[in-house]
Formats: sequence, structure tokens, C-alpha cells
Amino acid sequence: MKSLVVKVKKFDGSRTWWQEYKVEVPSEKISVLDILVKIKEEQDPTLAVRYSCRMAICGSCGMVINGVPRLACQTLLSELGDSHIVVEPLWNHNVVKDLVVDLEPDFEKVRAVKPYIIRDVKEVYESDKEFGQKPEELERYYNFAYCIQCGLCMAACPILGSNDKFLGPMALNAAYRWSADSRDRGWEERKKLIDTEDGVWPCHLAYTCSAVCPRGVDPGYAIQLLKAAILRKKRP
Amino acid sequence: MEVLKYDLIIVGSGIAGLRAATAAAWASGGRISIAILSKIQAMRSHSLSAEGGMSAVLYPDKTGDSLELHAYDTVKGSDFLADQDAVQILVEYAPKEVRYLERIGVPWSREPDGRISQRPFGGMSIPRTTFAADKTGFFIMSTLFSETRRFDNINVYHEHFVTKFIIEDGEFRGVTAYDLKRGEFKFFYAKAGIIATGGAGRLYRFTTTAHSTTGETLGYALRAGLAIKDMEFVQWHPTALVPSGILVSEAARGEGGYLINKEGERFMKRYAPQRMELAPRDIVSRAILTECMEGRGFQHESGMCYVGLDLRHLGEEKINRRIPFIRELAHKYAGIDVLSEPIPVRPAVHYTMGGIHTDTWGRVLTADGKWVRGLWAAGEAAAVSIHGANRLGSNSLSECSVWGRLTGEQAAKYVLETSRLPAPDGKLLDVAKGEESRIFDRLLHKEQNAPSPYEVKKQLNDIMEEHFGPFRHGSSMAEGLAKLKKLREFSSFRVVDSSRVYNQNLKDALEVDGMLDLAMVVGIGAYARSESRGAHYRLDYPKRDDVNWLRHTVAYMYGGELKLLYTPVTITKWQPEERRY
Repeated sequence: MKSLVVKVKKFDGSRTWWQEYKVEVPSEKISVLDILVKIKEEQDPTLAVRYSCRMAICGSCGMVINGVPRLACQTLLSELGDSHIVVEPLWNHNVVKDLVVDLEPDFEKVRAVKPYIIRDVKEVYESDKEFGQKPEELERYYNFAYCIQCGLCMAACPILGSNDKFLGPMALNAAYRWSADSRDRGWEERKKLIDTEDGVWPCHLAYTCSAVCPRGVDPGYAIQLLKAAILRKKRP
Repeated sequence: MEVLKYDLIIVGSGIAGLRAATAAAWASGGRISIAILSKIQAMRSHSLSAEGGMSAVLYPDKTGDSLELHAYDTVKGSDFLADQDAVQILVEYAPKEVRYLERIGVPWSREPDGRISQRPFGGMSIPRTTFAADKTGFFIMSTLFSETRRFDNINVYHEHFVTKFIIEDGEFRGVTAYDLKRGEFKFFYAKAGIIATGGAGRLYRFTTTAHSTTGETLGYALRAGLAIKDMEFVQWHPTALVPSGILVSEAARGEGGYLINKEGERFMKRYAPQRMELAPRDIVSRAILTECMEGRGFQHESGMCYVGLDLRHLGEEKINRRIPFIRELAHKYAGIDVLSEPIPVRPAVHYTMGGIHTDTWGRVLTADGKWVRGLWAAGEAAAVSIHGANRLGSNSLSECSVWGRLTGEQAAKYVLETSRLPAPDGKLLDVAKGEESRIFDRLLHKEQNAPSPYEVKKQLNDIMEEHFGPFRHGSSMAEGLAKLKKLREFSSFRVVDSSRVYNQNLKDALEVDGMLDLAMVVGIGAYARSESRGAHYRLDYPKRDDVNWLRHTVAYMYGGELKLLYTPVTITKWQPEERRY
């Protein structure tokens, strides 16, 4: 058994405070999520924390752990190399309660860039054919399709810290993913949405979004590819 | 209490629920209002943990595959408990659904000529599992969620926990829900509903399923007068990572992985000499546990016995291209590199074959076989039944997509043909207000002496693991049932958190409350079925008994007591035969 101290930034709707919990864990291979669930079930049932799949694919448990936005389920104690853990809600978001933040504005930004195949909808719904795609066409957008909408990139983005109208890495990554799909015909339509004051241009290449992405998506690169496509007047 | 009016309410946002939404939105030409209610954020449903793929006969001319063969494999895999007319629908619509998903942008893995790739899977006699690397569920989920964004008439309600299905005079009227983010209680009043809330893996402790896969809505369905079918058939997936239970996809074996015991032997030769590692899941799971019981397993520091899933001979290139997520998960959560060591795996609860009693088209039936007008169920929450006593890997994504679509289309048609929804009457509003008071006044403020929901859930998990596992026995199950009954005496829980906004403690208590009823259904169904079939294996009745048990179990609540009745299995082509692999 190993003892550790977990410091959690709590918020109950009006008041914010730091709460410390002492926890005994059986091994260093335990995830921060498992530790938080243990606290919730054994010490403080009022602790609010979002989680579901516990295998780094659903995107629920984004939070700031020891100063870095991460997924709690993907962060093992052994990787932190410290028995002092400090957990706070994702930056750049309104806090609902404790570690739970409101991500719905992020989802709305994604929706605003039309994250779906743009072409004749009737063909999508009433034909029974494959649009088809070569492996090399798949490769062009594949890595950007790994986004799990966890919000870590939005928390890490320095631009969003001062301009919450900026579409941000999550939505812009989606704009690239869909525009670069060989089945899509929507570049001209989507370009109008992102070649704007709050679209791709505020990004100044800090690349913190890509640094924290738990799925290795590289939204920073997606934004630069979008800028290049706009300037070269050629679809991604 | 806010009252919201919708034409169609979909409860659950996994593949079945999202597909139902897009189907209904399109089929109605944008003319009906649709609400998707999800107890978590809608794009996070457990469907996304599916890794291996989706079965469909795509290119019969090139592969020699046929709908008939897919149907036969499924029926045989089900140990002949599947309804064969339903299986026929599955195999016919699955290829259409794979192509639909292709058109909305799923990044299917491709062959050099652009064809969609397919891989072998357990119990399937031909490679027909379509995949997107080993994140198939994730890619289908995220693409479908994106697709819902196209439609202005689909409204997504994230983190709305449904507490009650309201059914009056044999007709669906709506649901009540707790909006976690706003801390409000809402009545969703509707013409039609689709239940697509997934399975109940978390009745057990060692499971591949997400924390949210608790199945309470099936318990709530019972209370609303609906029936639950074949719930005793619980699937153990053979290869879950030790010690977390995280899924290691069947794709690992589909791509050629071996299972080895501590003597380094491919032990499946003793259990399924022809299909080896690609026998159906019930057979492989029992084989692994038998190896363990006979002392040929490895011992983990957590006390668990396991076997090795050996991928070393597949080579780095293939692993990185076809099953990269498995490599990542094994590295992160078991600390091993699959290139140099076998993965420690053992069976874990993975899927519930049973679910809400429906007809072939997903219409929800009461125990006496009447359609609850306006209500459908789809996906893992429903028992249509195509999986019978054992589901074949990769048939579930097909099922979710096919019956999501079919129920969505039917519901849209029903809504358009039904007259305008009148204002809810006083009686209905009273039911909804009564529910609000049960949740906020009673549960939230009164029960200081009741047990913690976490303590009860722990006991529930203990009972299910000990008494209703992959090897069952009458006397042990009788003991388990007695323990479950005692646990069910807790009708209330201690909710320490007294806030309304994002009260997870309250949500957890509501989950456990529904889980207890559902666990009883598993228990009494399993105890009553004195035979072994598919995933339901009894040491005291080790043989299948078609004379007495070729029938579906239907559980329902009557006067507060659970009752069972049985309905016939639909057999169109294939008479039961001995199941060899």
C-alpha cells in the first residue's frame, strides 16, 4: 500500500475551495480516475467527476492534473512520479461542479463547421452504393478522425484564454477532417465559415493543443493545413 | 417541472439510438421533432468501446459469402435460440447499413482497390467483419453523432438521466428525466419512444463495459409494465485485459493471435479443434476458465488466473496497421509490449444477449404479447432476438445499426400517421410530478439510515460474480437468489450530496436501484433454465435440452413480484443440431 495526498479544486455553484484527501492505493499502476472514483465511493460522495469508458476512448474525464490537461483514466500514478496530486477542472470552460465543466459550447463550435459529408443528401440516404475511397485517400484525413471531443485542446489553447469566440482546435480539426475526406464536396461552404476573424486566423501556432491531445490528433497541424488550403485556393 | 413536447423521444445515444435518430429525421422529411436523451454526453456512449468490427456480407461474388451462410453462422452461434426470421432481417440489412455508414463518412479500412476490408471473427465461417482498424465502434459512433448535426430537428439532451417510462392504457406517453447540468427535473411528453440504452455489464465486477453500462433502464422498464427476455444469457468475452477488464478485441485472434497456457500450448485444440481460437465466445471463455481450474493458467499478482494472448508472430507492421489500439492498451494498462510478450487475458462480462421483449421489428411487447403502442427498443437493450443464447462477435454493431434504422423509420411513420399530441392531461402531469417528488424530496433529503449505493453495488457485484458466473449450479444460484432478495429489501439509499446540480451521488443511487431489479431477472431466469445453452452453462445440467428449453424466457412484474413465462423460438430453416466447431 502507498499513501498519497490528492488535492482537488471543488466548486459547489457559488464557492471554490481546495479539498485534500488522503488515499491508500495498492500499486503505482493505478489511474488518477480510479483514485478519484475511490475517493467518491469511500470518502466524499459529493465529489463530481465525469467518467465512463476508463480506456481513453470516450473522452469524458478531461481535467488538469498537476498542471497539465489530461484524461484521468489515461494518467497513471507511476507516470506522475509524485505522491502529491493536484486536480482541477479544465481551463477555459465554465465549471458546473467540482471537476465537471460545461463542454457544450465546444460541441456547438464543432457543429458550426458542418462536421458531416456535404453532398447530395438524397444520395446519402436513398442510394445503396459505396462512395468509395482508396487507402491513400483515407490516409489524408485518418489521423484527424481520431478526435474524441474531450476538450483538452480547448483547455490548453492560449488564444481561447482571451478570446472565447475563436473556433478553437477541436472545431477546426473537425473542419479539416471533413474537408479532407475524398467523399466530401463541402470545402467551399466550410471555407466561408473558417476563413474569418474567429476562424483559423487567430491561431498563432503555440501547438499546446497538439501537445496535450490524448489521441495524438495534432489539431495544430490541421489548422495550418486549413490556412494553407485557403491561401492556395485548393481544397485539402 | 418543465414539460417538453416531442414527436419522438430516443433514450440512449449509442449506435442504435443515433442511427434511429438519423433514420427518423430523414424518413419524416424533417417534419417531426426528435429528442435524444443521454445520461452521459451523447457522443460518449459505450458503443464506442467496440473494437473489432461489424459483420456484413458485402462482396458475395468475390468472397463466396452469402446471406444464408451469415444467417446460419448466427443461428448456430446462438445455440439455436435466435429467432430465425429476425436473423434474416439482420443479414439482409447489415450490408446496406455498412454502405450507409460508408456514405456518411466512416473511415472503413480499405483494400488497395478501394474495397472495404473484412477480417475473420469467431464463429463466422468466412471473413465478413468490416472494420476501421480496431476502433470500429468509436469511428461509427463519432461519425453517427456528427451526422445527427446535419438535422435541425434532432435535439440532443446531454446528461439527462431518465427515471421513469410513462405508459398508460397500453400506450407510450413519455419519460421523466433529471437534467444533471441544470439540476432540474423534466417531463418529456411524446407520441413515440425508442429505448436504446444498451446493456448491463456493470451488474458484474469484472467487465469490459464502461462505468455507465449499468442497465437500470431495463429495471425501470419492468416497473413500467414491460417485459424482459432471455436475460440469463450473459456473454463473457474471452479476452479482457488483466487486471482491469479492458477489452482486447477478438480482432487480435481474427488477425491470427494465439491463446496459450502456461505450458506454452495452444490449448484451444482440445475444445474446438477446427475453429481453434476463432470458436464462438462462450466456448473460448469456458476453455480459458477450464485451463485455469486445471492448473494450466498463469497467476497474476492480483490473484487472478489468466492465459496468454500471443501476437508476437504477427509482426509489427500488421499489428500497427490492423490492431494498433490493442498494442496501446496492453502497453498502458498491463505494461507489456505485444511484440515481445503475450497479453495477460481472462474472460470478462461483455454483453447481455437478453433485453426488452420486442417483436421482430423492435416493437416493444408486454408479457402477453401486445405491442405497447408508440414504443420500440433497439440495440443491446432489446432482445429481438438474433443472438439467442450466445452472440457472435461483430454481430452487435450490425444489430445496433439495423434496428436503430428500422425502429427510427417505423417511429417516424407512426408519428406522421398519429393525430396531433393534445396537451398532457392532469393525471399524466400528476404522475410526472409524483416522480419529481420521489427523486428530489424523498431520495435527496430523507434517507440518513439507508445504505450507501456504493456499498450495495459492491455486494451486488459480489453476488453476481459468485453465483451467476460462466459456470452455474442450482444450489449456488438458490443461495445467490436469497442474497439478491435480501439486497432488494433496500428500497432507498443514503444520498449524502444534497445539491441538485450535477448530483452524481443521486444518479448513482438511481442506477443501483434499477440494477437490483434487473439482477433478479438474470437470477431467476438462470435458476429456472435447467439446461446448458450458449453462454448459460450449468454444471448440474451440462447438456442442451431442446425438448423442454428451446424457448425464450420472458420476465415481467406482477403485483410487485417477478414472474416468468416462455415463448416459442421461431425456426424457419434450421432445426437444432449439435454445435461443433
